[in-house]
Amino acid sequence: MSARAVLLLLTDSRFPTGAHAHSSGVEASHGRGDISDVDDLEQFLQGRLRTSAAVEAAFAAAACADDAPLAELDRELAIRTPSPRLRDVSRTLGRQLLRPAERAWPSPRFEMLRSVHDGGPMQPVALGVVACAAGLTPSDASLCSLHHLVGSITTAAVRLMGLDPFDVQALAARLAPRLDDMAAIAAAEAAALPPRQLPATTSVLADILAEHHATWEVRLFAS
Amino acid sequence: MPPDHNPGQPHHPSDGHTHGHHDGLPDDAAWAFGTPGTRPLRIGIGGPVGSGKTALVAALCRSLAGSVSVVVVTNDIFTTEDAEALRRLAVLPDERIVPVETGACPHTAIRDDISANLDAMEKLEAANAPVELTLLESGGDNLTAIFSRALVDRQIFVIDVAGGDKVPRKGGPGVTTADLLVINKTDLAPLVGANLGVMDRDAKARRGSLPIAFTSLVTADGAAVVADWVRAQLDAWRAATQLAPRR
Repeated sequence: MSARAVLLLLTDSRFPTGAHAHSSGVEASHGRGDISDVDDLEQFLQGRLRTSAAVEAAFAAAACADDAPLAELDRELAIRTPSPRLRDVSRTLGRQLLRPAERAWPSPRFEMLRSVHDGGPMQPVALGVVACAAGLTPSDASLCSLHHLVGSITTAAVRLMGLDPFDVQALAARLAPRLDDMAAIAAAEAAALPPRQLPATTSVLADILAEHHATWEVRLFAS
Repeated sequence: MPPDHNPGQPHHPSDGHTHGHHDGLPDDAAWAFGTPGTRPLRIGIGGPVGSGKTALVAALCRSLAGSVSVVVVTNDIFTTEDAEALRRLAVLPDERIVPVETGACPHTAIRDDISANLDAMEKLEAANAPVELTLLESGGDNLTAIFSRALVDRQIFVIDVAGGDKVPRKGGPGVTTADLLVINKTDLAPLVGANLGVMDRDAKARRGSLPIAFTSLVTADGAAVVADWVRAQLDAWRAATQLAPRR
C-alpha cells in the first residue's frame, strides 16, 4: 500500500499541530543580527541540518517501529536537549501533534506514548509514533521531521523579515535532495544503533539562544 | 460619511441593553462543541486591534470573578502584552492568566490551527480546577477572523465606533455570526463623526436576530450589558450540565 498521500498530509503546514507559532530559533537569531537576508538564512539552515536536524531525524525514525523503546528514546533525546525551554517546547509540540494524529489514525500506539513523560513526548518521538500509526516508514518519519524543520525556519524568516518568498522556496528546493539523503542515513542509524548511540550533534548556541529568547518581553514566536 | 450622519446627537440605539430575539438563553442544540458537564464554558473574544478586547476582558473579570471561577488565555501578537495588562489591572490572580504565542498569525491560532490554544486552556483549567468560565482573547486581527467551534462554545466580536461606522456594513464572519457583537467606544461617536444609528441598522441587517451590545468601557460598569449576557450563557451551560449524562 502506498502511503504517499498520507506523507503529504502529515507534512502539510495546514495539518494543525501548533507548529506555526514556532520559528525553530530564527526569531532569536534574527534578533541577534545573525540573519537578515536569504544568504544568512541558508547558512542558518546548513547549520541546523548539520546539528539538531540530524539528531531529530534519527529519533523520529527510531520511534517509527512496532517495538520502539519509546521511554528510552524520549529520555535520550531529552538528554541531548540541554535547554529546559527547548525541552518544554518539544514536549508541547509533541502533545499538540498527537491531538490531530490520534483523531486521524487511531492506534493503540498512542497509549504507550502517554506514559513516556508527564509533559508529553518529545516531538520527534511523537512524530515517529504518528508516522508508524499512519502506515509510514522510518525513513518517511525522518523526512517529515526534516521537512518540518526547513518549513518552520523558512516560513518564520519570511514572516519576520519580509524576505522574497520565491527566493526562500528556491533555497528550500535546493536543499530537498539533501533531505532525502539525510532521511536515508537517519533511518539506517535508527535501524542499527541503540537509542544511546544515536546522533548527539546538537548545537549549544541554539540552546543558549532559546533560553534567551524565552525572556524577551516582545516576541512573535513561541520559540 | 453617510448621508444621515448626525454628529451632534449621538444616540444609543440599544439603551444599554443587548437586543435580539434570543437574547440570553441560546437554543439547546446550539452548543458548538463542548459537552456541558465535562469542562468549563469557553467564550472567545475577537475583533480588530484596539477595539477594546482587553478592556472588555478586564471588565468582565472584575464583574464576574467574585462569583464565578474564571481563567483567561490571551493571544496578543506581542506575546505577553495583554496578559501583562490584565495582571497590572489585578483583575485576576497571575496563575489564572496565560499568554499563548501565535507566530504572527492570530487568526490561525483561533481558527485553522487551534492546538496551542487548546493545549493552554486544558492546562490552565486543570491547574485552577474547578473552573466555570474560560475566556480566550484573540490577538487583534481583521474582520475575517472567526473562532473554531472546536475551541470555544460562544464567541463575542468586538468592534469600535472609532474604527468607522461602515464596519458593520463590511460584514465578515465575526460581525455576521458572532453570538454577541459588541460595538465599543460609543463615547467617541461625536468626536469621530460616527453615526450609531447607522451602525445599529447595518449590524442588524447583517446579523438578523443575533444580539448587539453598545458599550463605552471607559465608564464605570460600562461592560455590565456584556457581563449580563455572559451570565446568561453560563446559566444555560449549567442548566445543560444538569441535563447532561454523568461521565
